[in-house]
Amino acid sequence: MAQILSSLPGTFYMKPAPDQDPYKVKGDSVEVGDTIALVEVMKTFVEIKAESAGTFARYVAEDGKPVTAGAVLAELED
Amino acid sequence: MNIDRLFIANRGEIAVRIVKAAKALGVTSIQAYSEADADMLAVREADEAVCVGPAAARESYLDIDGIVAAAKAAKADAVHPGYGFLAESASFARAVTEAGMIFVGPSAGTIERMGDKVAAREAAIAAGVPVVPGSKGRIDSIDAAAEVANEIGYPVMIKAAAGGGGKGIRIADTEAEFRKLAPQARAEAEAAFGDGGLYLERAVQKPRHIEVQIMGDGTRAVHFFERECSLQRRRQKVWEEAGATCLDDATRDKLCDSAVALARAVDYCGAGTLEYLYDSARNEFYFIEMNTRIQVEHPVTEMITGFDLVQEMIRVCGGDALSVTQDQITRSGHAIEVRLNAEDPMMQFMPFPGQVTSLKIPQGDGIRFDHFLYEGYQIPPFYDSLIGKLIVHGADRADAIARLSAALDDLEIGGLKTTAALHKALAGDPTVASGDFHTQWLEPWLDAGHLSKATGDA
Repeated sequence: MAQILSSLPGTFYMKPAPDQDPYKVKGDSVEVGDTIALVEVMKTFVEIKAESAGTFARYVAEDGKPVTAGAVLAELED
Repeated sequence: MNIDRLFIANRGEIAVRIVKAAKALGVTSIQAYSEADADMLAVREADEAVCVGPAAARESYLDIDGIVAAAKAAKADAVHPGYGFLAESASFARAVTEAGMIFVGPSAGTIERMGDKVAAREAAIAAGVPVVPGSKGRIDSIDAAAEVANEIGYPVMIKAAAGGGGKGIRIADTEAEFRKLAPQARAEAEAAFGDGGLYLERAVQKPRHIEVQIMGDGTRAVHFFERECSLQRRRQKVWEEAGATCLDDATRDKLCDSAVALARAVDYCGAGTLEYLYDSARNEFYFIEMNTRIQVEHPVTEMITGFDLVQEMIRVCGGDALSVTQDQITRSGHAIEVRLNAEDPMMQFMPFPGQVTSLKIPQGDGIRFDHFLYEGYQIPPFYDSLIGKLIVHGADRADAIARLSAALDDLEIGGLKTTAALHKALAGDPTVASGDFHTQWLEPWLDAGHLSKATGDA
Protein backbone atom coordinates (compact mmCIF):
# COMPACT_ATOMS: atom_id res chain seq x y z
CA MET A 1 0.00 0.00 0.00
CA ALA A 2 1.61 3.26 -1.16
CA GLN A 3 1.35 6.32 1.03
CA ILE A 4 1.23 9.96 -0.01
CA LEU A 5 3.18 12.14 2.42
CA SER A 6 3.12 15.86 3.08
CA SER A 7 6.35 17.55 2.00
CA LEU A 8 5.59 20.53 4.26
CA PRO A 9 4.03 21.33 7.61
CA GLY A 10 0.73 23.22 7.41
CA THR A 11 -3.02 22.81 7.17
CA PHE A 12 -4.36 19.92 5.10
CA TYR A 13 -7.22 20.21 2.60
CA MET A 14 -8.62 17.34 0.52
CA LYS A 15 -10.70 19.71 -1.67
CA PRO A 16 -9.57 22.44 -4.10
CA ALA A 17 -12.19 24.76 -2.53
CA PRO A 18 -14.64 24.33 0.38
CA ASP A 19 -17.65 23.99 -1.96
CA GLN A 20 -16.00 21.45 -4.26
CA ASP A 21 -15.56 17.69 -4.17
CA PRO A 22 -12.40 16.03 -2.82
CA TYR A 23 -9.59 15.60 -5.35
CA LYS A 24 -9.95 11.82 -5.22
CA VAL A 25 -12.45 9.29 -3.92
CA LYS A 26 -12.03 5.57 -3.27
CA GLY A 27 -11.50 3.65 -6.47
CA ASP A 28 -10.25 6.60 -8.56
CA SER A 29 -7.19 5.87 -10.61
CA VAL A 30 -4.13 7.89 -9.66
CA GLU A 31 -1.37 8.81 -12.11
CA VAL A 32 2.05 10.09 -11.16
CA GLY A 33 1.75 13.88 -10.85
CA ASP A 34 -1.99 13.94 -10.05
CA THR A 35 -2.88 16.48 -7.39
CA ILE A 36 -4.13 14.64 -4.31
CA ALA A 37 -4.48 17.44 -1.76
CA LEU A 38 -3.51 20.96 -0.73
CA VAL A 39 -1.35 21.95 2.21
CA GLU A 40 -1.57 25.57 3.28
CA VAL A 41 1.74 26.80 4.60
CA MET A 42 2.03 30.43 5.73
CA LYS A 43 -0.98 31.50 3.63
CA THR A 44 0.42 29.79 0.50
CA PHE A 45 -1.39 26.77 -0.93
CA VAL A 46 0.93 24.00 -2.09
CA GLU A 47 -0.41 21.16 -4.24
CA ILE A 48 0.58 17.70 -3.05
CA LYS A 49 1.08 15.40 -6.03
CA ALA A 50 1.19 11.62 -6.30
CA GLU A 51 4.68 10.19 -6.79
CA SER A 52 3.43 6.72 -7.69
CA ALA A 53 0.45 5.45 -9.66
CA GLY A 54 -2.33 3.25 -8.29
CA THR A 55 -5.91 3.26 -7.13
CA PHE A 56 -7.01 5.74 -4.51
CA ALA A 57 -7.90 4.10 -1.20
CA ARG A 58 -8.51 6.85 1.36
CA TYR A 59 -7.47 10.11 2.93
CA VAL A 60 -5.72 9.57 6.24
CA ALA A 61 -5.37 13.19 7.37
CA GLU A 62 -8.43 15.13 8.50
CA ASP A 63 -9.67 17.95 6.25
CA GLY A 64 -8.80 21.42 7.55
CA LYS A 65 -6.51 20.15 10.32
CA PRO A 66 -2.78 20.69 10.95
CA VAL A 67 -0.28 18.21 9.49
CA THR A 68 3.47 17.94 10.06
CA ALA A 69 6.09 17.53 7.33
CA GLY A 70 6.25 13.81 6.51
CA ALA A 71 2.72 13.09 7.77
CA VAL A 72 0.70 10.52 5.83
CA LEU A 73 -2.04 12.33 3.91
CA ALA A 74 -3.55 9.53 1.83
CA GLU A 75 -3.11 5.89 0.83
CA LEU A 76 -3.29 4.09 -2.49
CA GLU A 77 -4.26 0.46 -3.04
CA ASP A 78 -1.60 -1.62 -4.68
CA MET B 1 -5.39 56.90 31.21
CA ASN B 2 -8.17 54.36 31.78
CA ILE B 3 -6.23 51.27 30.78
CA ASP B 4 -4.66 49.00 33.40
CA ARG B 5 -5.04 45.57 31.83
CA LEU B 6 -4.43 45.33 28.09
CA PHE B 7 -5.46 42.22 26.16
CA ILE B 8 -3.33 41.64 23.04
CA ALA B 9 -5.41 39.97 20.33
CA ASN B 10 -2.58 39.25 17.92
CA ARG B 11 0.65 37.27 17.59
CA GLY B 12 4.15 37.39 16.13
CA GLU B 13 6.38 40.44 16.20
CA ILE B 14 3.59 42.99 16.70
CA ALA B 15 2.45 41.19 19.87
CA VAL B 16 6.00 41.50 21.24
CA ARG B 17 5.98 45.18 20.27
CA ILE B 18 2.68 45.80 22.10
CA VAL B 19 3.87 43.94 25.23
CA LYS B 20 6.91 46.22 25.24
CA ALA B 21 4.76 49.36 24.95
CA ALA B 22 2.44 48.14 27.74
CA LYS B 23 5.43 47.51 30.03
CA ALA B 24 6.77 51.02 29.38
CA LEU B 25 3.36 52.44 30.30
CA GLY B 26 3.07 50.31 33.46
CA VAL B 27 0.07 48.48 31.98
CA THR B 28 -0.45 44.75 32.64
CA SER B 29 -0.22 42.82 29.35
CA ILE B 30 -2.42 39.78 28.71
CA GLN B 31 -1.34 37.89 25.61
CA ALA B 32 -3.79 35.83 23.54
CA TYR B 33 -2.34 32.73 21.87
CA SER B 34 -3.54 29.80 19.79
CA GLU B 35 -2.62 26.21 20.58
CA ALA B 36 0.13 26.47 17.93
CA ASP B 37 1.58 29.60 19.55
CA ALA B 38 1.96 28.50 23.19
CA ASP B 39 5.74 29.00 23.10
CA MET B 40 5.88 32.23 21.11
CA LEU B 41 7.99 35.08 22.45
CA ALA B 42 5.08 37.40 23.33
CA VAL B 43 3.62 34.69 25.61
CA ARG B 44 6.96 34.50 27.44
CA GLU B 45 7.28 38.26 27.77
CA ALA B 46 3.69 39.22 28.65
CA ASP B 47 2.54 39.39 32.28
CA GLU B 48 -0.27 36.90 31.59
CA ALA B 49 -1.29 34.69 28.67
CA VAL B 50 -4.58 33.09 27.63
CA CYS B 51 -5.18 30.33 25.06
CA VAL B 52 -7.92 31.42 22.64
CA GLY B 53 -8.35 28.29 20.53
CA PRO B 54 -6.84 25.92 17.96
CA ALA B 55 -4.11 26.68 15.42
CA ALA B 56 -6.49 27.71 12.63
CA ALA B 57 -6.82 31.49 12.85
CA ARG B 58 -10.56 31.42 12.14
CA GLU B 59 -11.00 29.38 15.35
CA SER B 60 -8.66 31.55 17.43
CA TYR B 61 -7.33 34.99 16.37
CA LEU B 62 -10.30 35.61 14.06
CA ASP B 63 -13.00 34.35 16.42
CA ILE B 64 -14.67 37.58 17.60
CA ASP B 65 -16.88 36.01 20.27
CA GLY B 66 -14.05 33.82 21.55
CA ILE B 67 -11.56 36.70 21.79
CA VAL B 68 -14.04 39.03 23.51
CA ALA B 69 -15.02 36.30 26.00
CA ALA B 70 -11.33 35.53 26.72
CA ALA B 71 -10.56 39.22 27.27
CA LYS B 72 -13.55 39.61 29.61
CA ALA B 73 -12.61 36.46 31.54
CA ALA B 74 -9.06 37.82 31.93
CA LYS B 75 -10.56 41.04 33.38
CA ALA B 76 -9.00 43.15 30.63
CA ASP B 77 -10.18 46.73 30.36
CA ALA B 78 -8.84 47.23 26.83
CA VAL B 79 -8.06 45.17 23.71
CA HIS B 80 -5.22 45.94 21.28
CA PRO B 81 -5.85 44.33 17.87
CA GLY B 82 -2.36 44.88 16.34
CA TYR B 83 -2.49 44.68 12.53
CA GLY B 84 -4.13 42.05 10.33
CA PHE B 85 -6.57 39.54 11.91
CA LEU B 86 -9.40 41.62 13.49
CA ALA B 87 -7.61 44.99 13.49
CA GLU B 88 -9.92 46.51 10.89
CA SER B 89 -13.10 44.61 11.74
CA ALA B 90 -15.83 47.06 12.72
CA SER B 91 -17.80 44.13 14.20
CA PHE B 92 -14.87 43.31 16.48
CA ALA B 93 -14.44 46.92 17.61
CA ARG B 94 -18.16 47.07 18.35
CA ALA B 95 -18.16 43.75 20.23
CA VAL B 96 -15.21 44.88 22.39
CA THR B 97 -16.94 48.17 23.22
CA GLU B 98 -20.30 46.53 23.90
CA ALA B 99 -18.57 44.16 26.30
CA GLY B 100 -17.50 47.22 28.28
CA MET B 101 -13.86 47.33 27.19
CA ILE B 102 -11.82 49.91 25.28
CA PHE B 103 -10.87 49.09 21.68
CA VAL B 104 -7.38 50.44 20.99
CA GLY B 105 -8.27 51.98 17.66
CA PRO B 106 -10.95 54.25 16.19
CA SER B 107 -14.69 53.70 16.67
CA ALA B 108 -16.51 50.93 14.79
CA GLY B 109 -18.27 53.64 12.78
CA THR B 110 -14.97 55.16 11.64
CA ILE B 111 -13.54 51.74 10.74
CA GLU B 112 -16.66 51.03 8.69
CA ARG B 113 -16.60 54.37 6.92
CA MET B 114 -12.88 54.41 6.11
CA GLY B 115 -12.89 50.71 5.21
CA ASP B 116 -15.41 51.32 2.43
CA LYS B 117 -13.51 52.61 -0.60
CA VAL B 118 -16.35 54.76 -1.93
CA ALA B 119 -17.21 56.25 1.48
CA ALA B 120 -13.51 56.91 2.19
CA ARG B 121 -13.12 58.64 -1.19
CA GLU B 122 -16.16 60.80 -0.44
CA ALA B 123 -14.82 61.68 3.03
CA ALA B 124 -11.47 62.60 1.45
CA ILE B 125 -13.08 64.83 -1.17
CA ALA B 126 -15.20 66.52 1.52
CA ALA B 127 -12.02 67.20 3.56
CA GLY B 128 -10.27 68.68 0.51
CA VAL B 129 -7.88 65.74 0.09
CA PRO B 130 -6.95 65.02 -3.55
CA VAL B 131 -8.13 61.67 -4.95
CA VAL B 132 -7.33 60.01 -8.26
CA PRO B 133 -9.14 62.23 -10.80
CA GLY B 134 -12.19 60.41 -12.10
CA SER B 135 -15.74 60.84 -13.35
CA LYS B 136 -18.29 61.87 -10.72
CA GLY B 137 -20.37 58.81 -11.36
CA ARG B 138 -21.50 56.65 -14.24
CA ILE B 139 -21.46 58.03 -17.79
CA ASP B 140 -23.68 56.61 -20.49
CA SER B 141 -22.80 58.34 -23.75
CA ILE B 142 -19.43 58.00 -25.46
CA ASP B 143 -19.36 61.74 -26.32
CA ALA B 144 -19.97 62.73 -22.71
CA ALA B 145 -17.32 60.22 -21.62
CA ALA B 146 -14.74 61.61 -24.07
CA GLU B 147 -15.37 65.08 -22.70
CA VAL B 148 -14.79 63.90 -19.11
CA ALA B 149 -11.68 61.96 -20.24
CA ASN B 150 -10.20 65.16 -21.66
CA GLU B 151 -10.80 66.91 -18.32
CA ILE B 152 -9.23 64.07 -16.33
CA GLY B 153 -6.18 63.90 -18.59
CA TYR B 154 -4.73 60.91 -20.45
CA PRO B 155 -3.94 58.08 -20.00
CA VAL B 156 -7.43 57.25 -18.77
CA MET B 157 -8.69 54.00 -17.30
CA ILE B 158 -12.15 52.99 -18.54
CA LYS B 159 -14.04 50.80 -16.08
CA ALA B 160 -17.52 49.32 -15.96
CA ALA B 161 -19.60 51.33 -13.45
CA ALA B 162 -21.28 48.09 -12.37
CA GLY B 163 -17.87 46.48 -12.47
CA GLY B 164 -15.58 44.27 -10.52
CA GLY B 165 -13.07 41.59 -11.37
CA GLY B 166 -11.31 43.66 -14.03
CA LYS B 167 -14.12 43.10 -16.55
CA GLY B 168 -14.39 45.91 -19.08
CA ILE B 169 -11.21 47.74 -17.99
CA ARG B 170 -9.31 49.51 -20.80
CA ILE B 171 -6.55 52.09 -20.76
CA ALA B 172 -6.60 54.80 -23.44
CA ASP B 173 -3.59 57.05 -24.12
CA THR B 174 -5.33 59.48 -26.49
CA GLU B 175 -8.83 60.62 -27.38
CA ALA B 176 -8.73 58.68 -30.66
CA GLU B 177 -7.89 55.54 -28.76
CA PHE B 178 -10.54 56.37 -26.18
CA ARG B 179 -13.22 56.59 -28.86
CA LYS B 180 -12.17 53.17 -30.13
CA LEU B 181 -11.91 51.47 -26.70
CA ALA B 182 -14.84 53.01 -24.82
CA PRO B 183 -17.52 51.31 -27.01
CA GLN B 184 -15.73 47.96 -26.52
CA ALA B 185 -15.64 48.50 -22.76
CA ARG B 186 -19.34 49.39 -22.83
CA ALA B 187 -20.24 46.28 -24.83
CA GLU B 188 -18.21 44.09 -22.49
CA ALA B 189 -19.81 45.70 -19.41
CA GLU B 190 -23.25 45.23 -20.94
CA ALA B 191 -22.53 41.57 -21.59
CA ALA B 192 -21.01 40.92 -18.18
CA PHE B 193 -23.26 43.02 -15.94
CA GLY B 194 -26.27 43.90 -18.10
CA ASP B 195 -25.29 47.54 -17.54
CA GLY B 196 -23.20 49.49 -20.05
CA GLY B 197 -22.52 52.42 -17.71
CA LEU B 198 -18.86 53.50 -17.64
CA TYR B 199 -16.65 55.02 -14.96
CA LEU B 200 -13.43 56.86 -15.81
CA GLU B 201 -10.31 57.33 -13.73
CA ARG B 202 -6.87 58.67 -14.57
CA ALA B 203 -4.33 55.84 -14.99
CA VAL B 204 -1.44 56.91 -12.78
CA GLN B 205 1.82 56.02 -14.53
CA LYS B 206 4.68 54.54 -12.51
CA PRO B 207 2.98 55.37 -9.22
CA ARG B 208 4.97 55.61 -6.01
CA HIS B 209 3.31 54.47 -2.79
CA ILE B 210 3.50 57.18 -0.18
CA GLU B 211 1.63 57.19 3.11
CA VAL B 212 1.22 59.53 6.06
CA GLN B 213 1.21 58.45 9.71
CA ILE B 214 -1.42 60.24 11.73
CA MET B 215 -2.56 60.06 15.35
CA GLY B 216 -5.75 61.52 16.78
CA ASP B 217 -7.37 61.77 20.22
CA GLY B 218 -10.90 62.26 18.88
CA THR B 219 -10.58 66.04 19.00
CA ARG B 220 -7.15 66.90 17.73
CA ALA B 221 -4.97 65.13 15.15
CA VAL B 222 -1.30 65.36 14.21
CA HIS B 223 0.91 63.74 11.57
CA PHE B 224 4.30 62.09 12.00
CA PHE B 225 5.37 62.74 8.42
CA GLU B 226 5.36 60.33 5.52
CA ARG B 227 6.77 56.95 4.51
CA GLU B 228 7.50 55.55 1.08
CA CYS B 229 6.72 51.89 0.40
CA SER B 230 7.11 51.56 -3.37
CA LEU B 231 9.19 48.38 -3.33
CA GLN B 232 6.45 45.77 -3.45
CA ARG B 233 5.98 42.21 -4.58
CA ARG B 234 2.46 40.93 -5.23
CA ARG B 235 1.11 44.10 -3.58
CA GLN B 236 3.01 43.27 -0.40
CA LYS B 237 5.45 45.85 0.88
CA VAL B 238 8.99 44.54 0.98
CA TRP B 239 11.09 47.57 1.95
CA GLU B 240 9.85 50.81 3.55
CA GLU B 241 11.43 54.19 4.13
CA ALA B 242 10.84 57.39 6.09
CA GLY B 243 10.80 59.95 4.61
CA ALA B 244 10.04 59.96 0.95
CA THR B 245 13.05 61.66 -0.64
CA CYS B 246 11.17 62.05 -3.95
CA LEU B 247 9.01 64.79 -2.39
CA ASP B 248 10.00 68.45 -2.23
CA ASP B 249 9.25 70.28 1.02
CA ALA B 250 6.19 72.11 -0.30
CA THR B 251 4.62 68.87 -1.57
CA ARG B 252 5.47 67.08 1.69
CA ASP B 253 3.74 69.83 3.70
CA LYS B 254 0.67 69.71 1.49
CA LEU B 255 0.52 65.92 1.69
CA CYS B 256 0.88 65.74 5.48
CA ASP B 257 -1.58 68.59 6.04
CA SER B 258 -4.14 66.83 3.84
CA ALA B 259 -3.84 63.71 5.99
CA VAL B 260 -4.43 65.70 9.18
CA ALA B 261 -7.44 67.41 7.58
CA LEU B 262 -9.05 64.03 6.84
CA ALA B 263 -8.21 62.66 10.32
CA ARG B 264 -9.81 65.73 11.91
CA ALA B 265 -12.85 65.54 9.63
CA VAL B 266 -13.67 62.06 10.96
CA ASP B 267 -12.77 62.86 14.63
CA TYR B 268 -10.12 60.18 14.43
CA CYS B 269 -8.91 58.44 17.58
CA GLY B 270 -5.80 56.23 17.62
CA ALA B 271 -3.06 55.56 15.07
CA GLY B 272 -3.89 55.61 11.39
CA THR B 273 -2.27 55.75 8.00
CA LEU B 274 -3.48 57.45 4.85
CA GLU B 275 -2.17 55.82 1.72
CA TYR B 276 -1.57 57.80 -1.45
CA LEU B 277 -0.35 57.25 -4.98
CA TYR B 278 2.27 59.77 -5.99
CA ASP B 279 2.73 60.66 -9.66
CA SER B 280 6.26 62.05 -9.77
CA ALA B 281 5.98 63.24 -13.40
CA ARG B 282 3.07 65.52 -12.42
CA ASN B 283 4.22 66.06 -8.81
CA GLU B 284 0.70 65.17 -7.67
CA PHE B 285 -0.57 62.85 -4.94
CA TYR B 286 -3.93 61.12 -4.67
CA PHE B 287 -5.50 59.56 -1.57
CA ILE B 288 -6.39 55.90 -2.14
CA GLU B 289 -7.31 54.44 1.26
CA MET B 290 -6.92 54.65 4.99
CA ASN B 291 -5.67 51.95 7.33
CA THR B 292 -7.28 52.38 10.72
CA ARG B 293 -4.59 50.61 12.77
CA ILE B 294 -0.88 50.54 13.55
CA GLN B 295 1.09 49.38 10.51
CA VAL B 296 3.92 46.91 10.06
CA GLU B 297 6.26 49.72 8.96
CA HIS B 298 5.57 52.11 11.87
CA PRO B 299 9.16 51.76 13.23
CA VAL B 300 10.71 53.84 10.42
CA THR B 301 8.52 56.74 11.55
CA GLU B 302 9.52 56.17 15.18
CA MET B 303 13.18 56.23 14.14
CA ILE B 304 13.04 59.62 12.38
CA THR B 305 10.67 61.34 14.83
CA GLY B 306 11.75 59.76 18.13
CA PHE B 307 8.15 59.09 19.24
CA ASP B 308 6.73 55.76 20.42
CA LEU B 309 3.57 55.40 18.31
CA VAL B 310 2.30 52.24 20.02
CA GLN B 311 2.46 53.84 23.48
CA GLU B 312 0.79 56.97 22.14
CA MET B 313 -2.11 55.06 20.55
CA ILE B 314 -2.73 53.19 23.82
CA ARG B 315 -2.74 56.48 25.75
CA VAL B 316 -5.14 58.35 23.44
CA CYS B 317 -7.52 55.39 23.20
CA GLY B 318 -7.36 55.20 27.00
CA GLY B 319 -8.79 58.71 27.13
CA ASP B 320 -5.67 60.90 27.29
CA ALA B 321 -5.25 63.91 25.03
CA LEU B 322 -2.45 63.72 22.46
CA SER B 323 0.85 64.16 24.29
CA VAL B 324 2.27 66.35 21.52
CA THR B 325 1.42 69.29 19.32
CA GLN B 326 2.35 69.36 15.65
CA ASP B 327 5.25 71.78 16.12
CA GLN B 328 6.89 69.38 18.61
CA ILE B 329 7.11 66.66 15.97
CA THR B 330 10.22 67.02 13.85
CA ARG B 331 12.12 64.59 11.66
CA SER B 332 15.78 63.83 11.49
CA GLY B 333 17.77 61.64 9.10
CA HIS B 334 16.39 58.75 7.09
CA ALA B 335 15.16 55.31 8.15
CA ILE B 336 14.67 52.05 6.22
CA GLU B 337 12.84 48.89 7.27
CA VAL B 338 13.13 45.57 5.47
CA ARG B 339 10.69 42.74 6.06
CA LEU B 340 12.28 39.40 6.82
CA ASN B 341 9.95 36.62 5.76
CA ALA B 342 10.50 32.91 6.29
CA GLU B 343 10.56 32.34 2.53
CA ASP B 344 13.15 31.18 0.05
CA PRO B 345 13.66 34.07 -2.40
CA MET B 346 15.59 31.73 -4.73
CA MET B 347 12.60 29.34 -4.94
CA GLN B 348 9.74 31.70 -5.91
CA PHE B 349 9.49 32.83 -2.27
CA MET B 350 8.23 29.43 -1.12
CA PRO B 351 7.43 29.60 2.63
CA PHE B 352 10.01 27.96 4.86
CA PRO B 353 8.68 27.55 8.41
CA GLY B 354 11.71 25.93 10.05
CA GLN B 355 13.28 25.87 13.47
CA VAL B 356 15.61 28.69 14.52
CA THR B 357 18.89 26.91 15.25
CA SER B 358 20.97 30.04 15.86
CA LEU B 359 20.28 33.74 16.09
CA LYS B 360 22.71 36.63 15.84
CA ILE B 361 21.11 40.06 15.94
CA PRO B 362 22.99 43.11 14.67
CA GLN B 363 23.62 45.70 17.37
CA GLY B 364 24.59 49.33 17.36
CA ASP B 365 23.42 52.89 17.07
CA GLY B 366 20.53 53.35 14.70
CA ILE B 367 19.81 49.61 14.40
CA ARG B 368 16.58 48.01 15.57
CA PHE B 369 15.30 44.47 15.03
CA ASP B 370 11.60 43.85 15.81
CA HIS B 371 10.95 40.12 15.84
CA PHE B 372 9.62 37.14 17.79
CA LEU B 373 12.50 34.69 17.44
CA TYR B 374 14.73 32.85 19.87
CA GLU B 375 17.12 29.93 19.48
CA GLY B 376 15.18 26.68 19.32
CA TYR B 377 11.91 28.36 18.30
CA GLN B 378 9.87 26.37 15.79
CA ILE B 379 8.04 28.78 13.49
CA PRO B 380 4.46 27.55 13.08
CA PRO B 381 3.28 27.11 9.47
CA PHE B 382 -0.25 28.40 10.10
CA TYR B 383 0.26 32.15 9.88
CA ASP B 384 1.95 34.94 7.98
CA SER B 385 5.59 34.42 6.96
CA LEU B 386 6.84 37.70 8.52
CA ILE B 387 9.38 36.79 11.19
CA GLY B 388 11.09 40.09 11.80
CA LYS B 389 11.85 43.60 10.62
CA LEU B 390 15.32 45.07 10.45
CA ILE B 391 15.22 48.84 10.81
CA VAL B 392 18.13 51.24 10.40
CA HIS B 393 18.42 54.97 10.91
CA GLY B 394 21.09 57.02 9.12
CA ALA B 395 22.03 60.66 8.64
CA ASP B 396 20.60 60.56 5.10
CA ARG B 397 19.30 57.97 2.66
CA ALA B 398 22.71 56.87 1.37
CA ASP B 399 23.96 56.48 4.94
CA ALA B 400 20.84 54.47 5.86
CA ILE B 401 21.40 52.10 2.90
CA ALA B 402 25.06 51.62 3.91
CA ARG B 403 24.00 50.86 7.50
CA LEU B 404 21.35 48.46 6.23
CA SER B 405 23.96 46.57 4.18
CA ALA B 406 26.26 46.27 7.19
CA ALA B 407 23.42 45.24 9.52
CA LEU B 408 22.23 42.56 7.05
CA ASP B 409 25.78 41.17 6.98
CA ASP B 410 25.70 40.94 10.79
CA LEU B 411 22.29 39.26 10.93
CA GLU B 412 22.28 35.49 11.15
CA ILE B 413 19.14 33.40 11.46
CA GLY B 414 20.18 29.75 11.33
CA GLY B 415 17.84 26.94 10.27
CA LEU B 416 15.60 29.05 8.05
CA LYS B 417 15.47 30.46 4.57
CA THR B 418 14.66 34.17 4.75
CA THR B 419 14.30 37.12 2.43
CA ALA B 420 17.55 38.63 3.81
CA ALA B 421 19.25 37.65 0.52
CA LEU B 422 16.74 39.77 -1.41
CA HIS B 423 17.39 42.78 0.84
CA LYS B 424 21.17 42.45 0.47
CA ALA B 425 20.75 42.51 -3.31
CA LEU B 426 18.42 45.50 -3.16
CA ALA B 427 20.75 47.40 -0.80
CA GLY B 428 23.50 46.99 -3.41
CA ASP B 429 21.38 47.85 -6.44
CA PRO B 430 22.12 51.12 -8.29
CA THR B 431 18.45 51.82 -9.09
CA VAL B 432 17.48 51.44 -5.43
CA ALA B 433 20.36 53.76 -4.53
CA SER B 434 19.15 56.34 -7.07
CA GLY B 435 15.62 56.22 -5.63
CA ASP B 436 14.19 56.05 -9.15
CA PHE B 437 11.60 53.29 -8.70
CA HIS B 438 7.84 52.82 -8.37
CA THR B 439 5.36 50.16 -7.27
CA GLN B 440 5.76 48.16 -10.48
CA TRP B 441 9.57 48.13 -10.42
CA LEU B 442 10.48 45.18 -8.17
CA GLU B 443 8.61 42.36 -9.90
CA PRO B 444 10.17 42.91 -13.36
CA TRP B 445 13.54 43.28 -11.59
CA LEU B 446 13.04 39.85 -10.01
CA ASP B 447 11.73 38.35 -13.28
CA ALA B 448 14.87 39.60 -15.04
CA GLY B 449 16.96 37.46 -12.72
CA HIS B 450 18.71 40.28 -10.84
CA LEU B 451 18.49 38.44 -7.55
CA SER B 452 20.27 35.33 -8.83
CA LYS B 453 22.91 37.55 -10.47
CA ALA B 454 23.49 39.51 -7.27
CA THR B 455 23.83 36.40 -5.12
CA GLY B 456 25.89 34.49 -7.70
CA ASP B 457 23.54 31.50 -7.82
CA ALA B 458 22.60 31.90 -11.47
